[in-house]
Amino acid sequence: MYDVPLSHVLFVSTALFFIGMYGLFTRRNMITMLMALELLLNSVNINFIAFNKYLYPGKLDGVFFTIFIITIAAAEAAVAIAIIINLYRSHKSIDIESAAELKF
Amino acid sequence: MTASQVLFYAISTVILGSGILAVTSQRIFRSAIWLLLCLVGIAGLYFWMQVEFIAAVQIVVYVGGIVVLIIFSIFLTQESGKELPKPIMRRTVFALLATLFGFAFTYNLVYGHGFAAPTGEAFNVSVAEIGTQMLSTTNNGYILPFEVVSMLLLSAMIGCIVIAMKPPSNKNAGADMLFAQDVPGTRLITPGVVEPDLISEEV
Repeated sequence: MYDVPLSHVLFVSTALFFIGMYGLFTRRNMITMLMALELLLNSVNINFIAFNKYLYPGKLDGVFFTIFIITIAAAEAAVAIAIIINLYRSHKSIDIESAAELKF
Repeated sequence: MTASQVLFYAISTVILGSGILAVTSQRIFRSAIWLLLCLVGIAGLYFWMQVEFIAAVQIVVYVGGIVVLIIFSIFLTQESGKELPKPIMRRTVFALLATLFGFAFTYNLVYGHGFAAPTGEAFNVSVAEIGTQMLSTTNNGYILPFEVVSMLLLSAMIGCIVIAMKPPSNKNAGADMLFAQDVPGTRLITPGVVEPDLISEEV
Protein backbone atom coordinates (compact mmCIF):
# COMPACT_ATOMS: atom_id res chain seq x y z
CA MET A 1 0.00 0.00 0.00
CA TYR A 2 2.61 2.53 1.08
CA ASP A 3 4.94 1.54 -1.79
CA VAL A 4 3.34 4.27 -3.88
CA PRO A 5 4.69 7.59 -2.54
CA LEU A 6 2.28 10.32 -1.48
CA SER A 7 3.51 12.65 -4.23
CA HIS A 8 2.20 10.27 -6.90
CA VAL A 9 -1.28 10.34 -5.41
CA LEU A 10 -1.01 14.11 -5.24
CA PHE A 11 0.03 14.12 -8.91
CA VAL A 12 -3.28 12.47 -9.82
CA SER A 13 -5.34 14.90 -7.76
CA THR A 14 -3.44 17.96 -9.03
CA ALA A 15 -3.82 16.83 -12.64
CA LEU A 16 -7.53 16.19 -12.10
CA PHE A 17 -7.93 19.65 -10.57
CA PHE A 18 -6.36 21.36 -13.57
CA ILE A 19 -8.31 19.17 -16.02
CA GLY A 20 -11.47 20.43 -14.32
CA MET A 21 -10.18 23.97 -14.51
CA TYR A 22 -9.49 23.60 -18.23
CA GLY A 23 -13.08 22.46 -18.69
CA LEU A 24 -14.36 25.40 -16.68
CA PHE A 25 -12.36 27.80 -18.88
CA THR A 26 -13.24 26.38 -22.29
CA ARG A 27 -16.81 25.14 -21.92
CA ARG A 28 -19.69 27.56 -22.40
CA ASN A 29 -22.56 25.14 -21.77
CA MET A 30 -23.76 25.29 -18.17
CA ILE A 31 -24.18 21.52 -17.73
CA THR A 32 -20.65 20.80 -18.93
CA MET A 33 -19.34 23.55 -16.64
CA LEU A 34 -21.13 21.81 -13.77
CA MET A 35 -19.38 18.57 -14.72
CA ALA A 36 -16.00 20.33 -14.63
CA LEU A 37 -16.90 21.63 -11.17
CA GLU A 38 -17.57 18.08 -9.99
CA LEU A 39 -14.06 17.10 -11.15
CA LEU A 40 -12.60 19.93 -9.07
CA LEU A 41 -14.46 18.82 -5.94
CA ASN A 42 -13.40 15.22 -6.46
CA SER A 43 -9.74 16.12 -6.77
CA VAL A 44 -9.98 17.91 -3.42
CA ASN A 45 -11.56 14.80 -1.89
CA ILE A 46 -8.69 12.62 -3.12
CA ASN A 47 -6.27 15.05 -1.45
CA PHE A 48 -8.05 14.89 1.89
CA ILE A 49 -8.17 11.09 1.94
CA ALA A 50 -4.54 10.75 0.83
CA PHE A 51 -3.23 13.17 3.46
CA ASN A 52 -5.33 11.48 6.12
CA LYS A 53 -4.07 8.05 5.19
CA TYR A 54 -0.39 8.83 4.67
CA LEU A 55 0.34 11.53 7.24
CA TYR A 56 -2.22 11.20 10.05
CA PRO A 57 -3.43 7.58 10.08
CA GLY A 58 -4.47 7.82 13.73
CA LYS A 59 -7.14 10.43 13.02
CA LEU A 60 -10.25 10.58 10.86
CA ASP A 61 -10.59 14.29 10.09
CA GLY A 62 -9.85 13.96 6.35
CA VAL A 63 -12.58 11.32 6.05
CA PHE A 64 -15.11 13.65 7.70
CA PHE A 65 -14.15 16.55 5.47
CA THR A 66 -14.63 14.30 2.46
CA ILE A 67 -18.08 13.20 3.65
CA PHE A 68 -19.17 16.81 4.16
CA ILE A 69 -17.76 17.90 0.79
CA ILE A 70 -19.68 15.09 -0.95
CA THR A 71 -22.88 16.17 0.84
CA ILE A 72 -22.45 19.82 -0.06
CA ALA A 73 -21.58 18.87 -3.66
CA ALA A 74 -24.87 16.97 -3.94
CA ALA A 75 -26.84 19.98 -2.65
CA GLU A 76 -24.91 22.29 -4.97
CA ALA A 77 -25.54 20.11 -8.02
CA ALA A 78 -29.27 19.94 -7.27
CA VAL A 79 -29.58 23.72 -6.90
CA ALA A 80 -27.47 24.31 -10.01
CA ILE A 81 -29.63 22.00 -12.09
CA ALA A 82 -32.81 23.68 -10.83
CA ILE A 83 -31.37 27.05 -11.89
CA ILE A 84 -30.30 25.62 -15.28
CA ILE A 85 -33.78 24.22 -15.97
CA ASN A 86 -35.40 27.50 -14.96
CA LEU A 87 -33.00 29.41 -17.20
CA TYR A 88 -33.73 27.07 -20.07
CA ARG A 89 -37.43 27.74 -19.60
CA SER A 90 -37.01 31.49 -19.92
CA HIS A 91 -34.12 31.72 -22.43
CA LYS A 92 -34.48 28.48 -24.45
CA SER A 93 -30.72 28.05 -24.12
CA ILE A 94 -28.27 27.08 -21.40
CA ASP A 95 -25.28 28.73 -23.01
CA ILE A 96 -23.63 30.96 -20.45
CA GLU A 97 -23.33 33.82 -22.95
CA SER A 98 -27.11 34.00 -23.36
CA ALA A 99 -27.69 34.73 -19.68
CA ALA A 100 -26.18 38.21 -19.69
CA GLU A 101 -28.94 40.45 -18.32
CA LEU A 102 -27.30 40.80 -14.90
CA LYS A 103 -23.85 41.18 -16.35
CA PHE A 104 -23.08 44.82 -15.50
CA MET B 1 6.79 -3.23 -9.27
CA THR B 2 4.25 -4.78 -6.97
CA ALA B 3 0.63 -5.55 -7.78
CA SER B 4 -0.52 -2.65 -5.63
CA GLN B 5 1.61 -0.21 -7.64
CA VAL B 6 0.37 -1.61 -10.94
CA LEU B 7 -3.20 -1.23 -9.70
CA PHE B 8 -2.61 2.36 -8.64
CA TYR B 9 -1.14 3.42 -11.98
CA ALA B 10 -3.91 1.66 -13.91
CA ILE B 11 -6.61 3.41 -11.83
CA SER B 12 -4.84 6.76 -12.25
CA THR B 13 -4.68 6.31 -16.01
CA VAL B 14 -8.42 5.59 -16.12
CA ILE B 15 -9.21 8.64 -13.94
CA LEU B 16 -7.06 11.09 -15.87
CA GLY B 17 -7.94 9.76 -19.33
CA SER B 18 -11.68 9.79 -18.77
CA GLY B 19 -11.38 13.16 -17.02
CA ILE B 20 -9.69 14.68 -20.07
CA LEU B 21 -12.33 13.16 -22.37
CA ALA B 22 -15.11 14.45 -20.09
CA VAL B 23 -13.99 18.05 -20.51
CA THR B 24 -13.05 17.87 -24.20
CA SER B 25 -15.71 15.65 -25.80
CA GLN B 26 -17.93 17.63 -28.16
CA ARG B 27 -21.06 15.57 -27.53
CA ILE B 28 -22.59 16.40 -24.18
CA PHE B 29 -24.01 12.95 -23.50
CA ARG B 30 -20.66 11.25 -24.11
CA SER B 31 -19.10 13.83 -21.87
CA ALA B 32 -21.49 12.81 -19.08
CA ILE B 33 -20.63 9.14 -19.58
CA TRP B 34 -16.89 9.89 -19.40
CA LEU B 35 -17.55 11.81 -16.20
CA LEU B 36 -19.30 8.72 -14.84
CA LEU B 37 -16.28 6.55 -15.67
CA CYS B 38 -13.99 9.10 -14.03
CA LEU B 39 -16.07 9.08 -10.81
CA VAL B 40 -16.09 5.27 -10.74
CA GLY B 41 -12.31 5.38 -11.15
CA ILE B 42 -12.06 7.73 -8.16
CA ALA B 43 -14.18 5.28 -6.16
CA GLY B 44 -11.69 2.60 -7.21
CA LEU B 45 -8.87 4.80 -5.90
CA TYR B 46 -10.66 5.00 -2.54
CA PHE B 47 -10.98 1.21 -2.53
CA TRP B 48 -7.27 1.01 -3.27
CA MET B 49 -6.59 3.26 -0.28
CA GLN B 50 -8.83 0.94 1.81
CA VAL B 51 -11.38 3.60 2.75
CA GLU B 52 -14.32 1.43 1.75
CA PHE B 53 -16.98 3.61 3.35
CA ILE B 54 -15.98 6.70 1.35
CA ALA B 55 -15.81 4.59 -1.81
CA ALA B 56 -19.36 3.38 -1.21
CA VAL B 57 -20.57 6.92 -0.54
CA GLN B 58 -18.81 8.08 -3.71
CA ILE B 59 -20.59 5.47 -5.80
CA VAL B 60 -24.00 6.04 -4.19
CA VAL B 61 -23.97 9.84 -4.19
CA TYR B 62 -21.90 10.74 -7.24
CA VAL B 63 -22.51 7.91 -9.66
CA GLY B 64 -26.03 7.08 -8.53
CA GLY B 65 -27.18 10.60 -7.76
CA ILE B 66 -25.35 13.48 -9.37
CA VAL B 67 -24.51 11.90 -12.72
CA VAL B 68 -28.07 10.60 -13.12
CA LEU B 69 -29.32 14.12 -12.30
CA ILE B 70 -26.96 15.59 -14.91
CA ILE B 71 -28.10 13.07 -17.54
CA PHE B 72 -31.75 13.88 -16.82
CA SER B 73 -31.10 17.58 -17.16
CA ILE B 74 -29.29 16.94 -20.46
CA PHE B 75 -32.39 15.15 -21.73
CA LEU B 76 -34.62 17.98 -20.50
CA THR B 77 -32.65 20.85 -21.96
CA GLN B 78 -31.09 19.79 -25.23
CA GLU B 79 -30.74 17.33 -28.04
CA SER B 80 -28.19 14.97 -26.62
CA GLY B 81 -26.83 13.76 -29.95
CA LYS B 82 -26.07 17.24 -31.19
CA GLU B 83 -22.47 18.41 -31.21
CA LEU B 84 -21.60 21.35 -29.03
CA PRO B 85 -20.04 24.33 -30.80
CA LYS B 86 -16.27 24.21 -30.68
CA PRO B 87 -14.67 26.67 -28.26
CA ILE B 88 -12.87 29.50 -29.99
CA MET B 89 -9.19 28.90 -30.62
CA ARG B 90 -7.87 31.82 -28.59
CA ARG B 91 -9.77 30.70 -25.50
CA THR B 92 -8.54 27.10 -25.85
CA VAL B 93 -4.93 28.20 -26.19
CA PHE B 94 -5.03 30.50 -23.20
CA ALA B 95 -6.92 27.99 -21.06
CA LEU B 96 -4.34 25.35 -21.95
CA LEU B 97 -1.47 27.69 -21.12
CA ALA B 98 -3.04 28.72 -17.81
CA THR B 99 -3.75 25.16 -16.70
CA LEU B 100 -0.35 23.82 -17.80
CA PHE B 101 1.45 26.64 -16.02
CA GLY B 102 -0.69 26.20 -12.93
CA PHE B 103 -0.13 22.46 -12.91
CA ALA B 104 3.64 22.81 -13.32
CA PHE B 105 3.79 25.41 -10.55
CA THR B 106 1.63 23.46 -8.10
CA TYR B 107 3.26 20.10 -8.71
CA ASN B 108 6.67 21.67 -8.42
CA LEU B 109 5.70 22.86 -4.93
CA VAL B 110 4.25 19.44 -4.02
CA TYR B 111 7.30 17.60 -5.34
CA GLY B 112 9.76 19.87 -3.56
CA HIS B 113 7.96 19.53 -0.24
CA GLY B 114 9.43 16.70 1.78
CA PHE B 115 6.49 14.85 3.28
CA ALA B 116 7.08 12.81 6.39
CA ALA B 117 7.43 9.10 5.70
CA PRO B 118 4.35 7.00 6.55
CA THR B 119 4.49 6.01 10.18
CA GLY B 120 3.07 2.56 9.56
CA GLU B 121 0.36 3.17 12.14
CA ALA B 122 -2.87 1.30 11.35
CA PHE B 123 -5.51 3.39 9.59
CA ASN B 124 -8.82 2.35 11.14
CA VAL B 125 -11.77 3.63 9.09
CA SER B 126 -14.43 1.11 10.02
CA VAL B 127 -18.01 2.36 9.83
CA ALA B 128 -18.36 1.98 13.60
CA GLU B 129 -15.35 4.24 14.16
CA ILE B 130 -16.65 6.86 11.72
CA GLY B 131 -20.15 6.81 13.23
CA THR B 132 -18.91 7.05 16.80
CA GLN B 133 -16.67 10.01 16.11
CA MET B 134 -19.18 11.79 13.87
CA LEU B 135 -21.97 11.71 16.44
CA SER B 136 -19.89 12.32 19.56
CA THR B 137 -20.36 15.58 21.43
CA THR B 138 -16.95 15.54 23.12
CA ASN B 139 -13.68 16.75 21.66
CA ASN B 140 -13.07 15.88 17.99
CA GLY B 141 -16.74 15.11 17.52
CA TYR B 142 -18.47 16.25 14.35
CA ILE B 143 -22.04 16.51 15.59
CA LEU B 144 -22.35 20.26 14.92
CA PRO B 145 -21.27 20.15 11.24
CA PHE B 146 -23.46 17.08 10.85
CA GLU B 147 -26.54 19.00 12.02
CA VAL B 148 -25.61 22.09 10.00
CA VAL B 149 -25.22 19.99 6.87
CA SER B 150 -28.61 18.39 7.45
CA MET B 151 -30.17 21.88 7.60
CA LEU B 152 -28.27 22.79 4.43
CA LEU B 153 -29.64 19.75 2.63
CA LEU B 154 -33.19 20.57 3.73
CA SER B 155 -32.94 24.19 2.61
CA ALA B 156 -31.32 23.14 -0.69
CA MET B 157 -34.20 20.74 -1.31
CA ILE B 158 -36.83 23.41 -0.62
CA GLY B 159 -34.86 25.92 -2.70
CA CYS B 160 -34.69 23.52 -5.67
CA ILE B 161 -38.45 23.00 -5.59
CA VAL B 162 -39.11 26.76 -5.39
CA ILE B 163 -36.66 27.60 -8.19
CA ALA B 164 -37.77 24.89 -10.58
CA MET B 165 -41.51 25.37 -9.94
CA LYS B 166 -43.49 26.81 -12.81
CA PRO B 167 -44.94 30.23 -12.04
CA PRO B 168 -48.77 30.08 -11.96
CA SER B 169 -49.28 32.69 -14.71
CA ASN B 170 -47.38 30.52 -17.21
CA LYS B 171 -49.57 27.58 -16.28
CA ASN B 172 -52.71 29.51 -17.24
CA ALA B 173 -51.19 30.56 -20.55
CA GLY B 174 -50.30 26.95 -21.23
CA ALA B 175 -53.87 25.85 -20.47
CA ASP B 176 -55.24 28.49 -22.87
CA MET B 177 -52.95 27.27 -25.64
CA LEU B 178 -54.02 23.70 -25.03
CA PHE B 179 -57.66 24.74 -25.22
CA ALA B 180 -57.10 26.61 -28.46
CA GLN B 181 -55.51 23.51 -29.98
CA ASP B 182 -58.44 21.35 -28.98
CA VAL B 183 -61.04 23.54 -30.66
CA PRO B 184 -61.56 22.15 -34.19
CA GLY B 185 -60.70 24.48 -36.98
CA THR B 186 -58.23 26.61 -35.13
CA ARG B 187 -54.70 25.80 -36.05
CA LEU B 188 -51.76 27.16 -34.17
CA ILE B 189 -49.16 28.45 -36.55
CA THR B 190 -46.90 29.68 -33.81
CA PRO B 191 -47.70 29.03 -30.14
CA GLY B 192 -50.17 31.58 -28.84
CA VAL B 193 -50.90 33.18 -32.19
CA VAL B 194 -54.09 32.02 -33.87
CA GLU B 195 -54.59 33.16 -37.43
CA PRO B 196 -57.88 35.08 -37.42
CA ASP B 197 -58.94 34.25 -40.98
CA LEU B 198 -58.88 30.52 -40.23
CA ILE B 199 -61.36 30.99 -37.40
CA SER B 200 -63.71 33.21 -39.41
CA GLU B 201 -63.68 30.67 -42.25
CA GLU B 202 -65.04 28.00 -39.98
CA VAL B 203 -67.68 30.28 -38.46
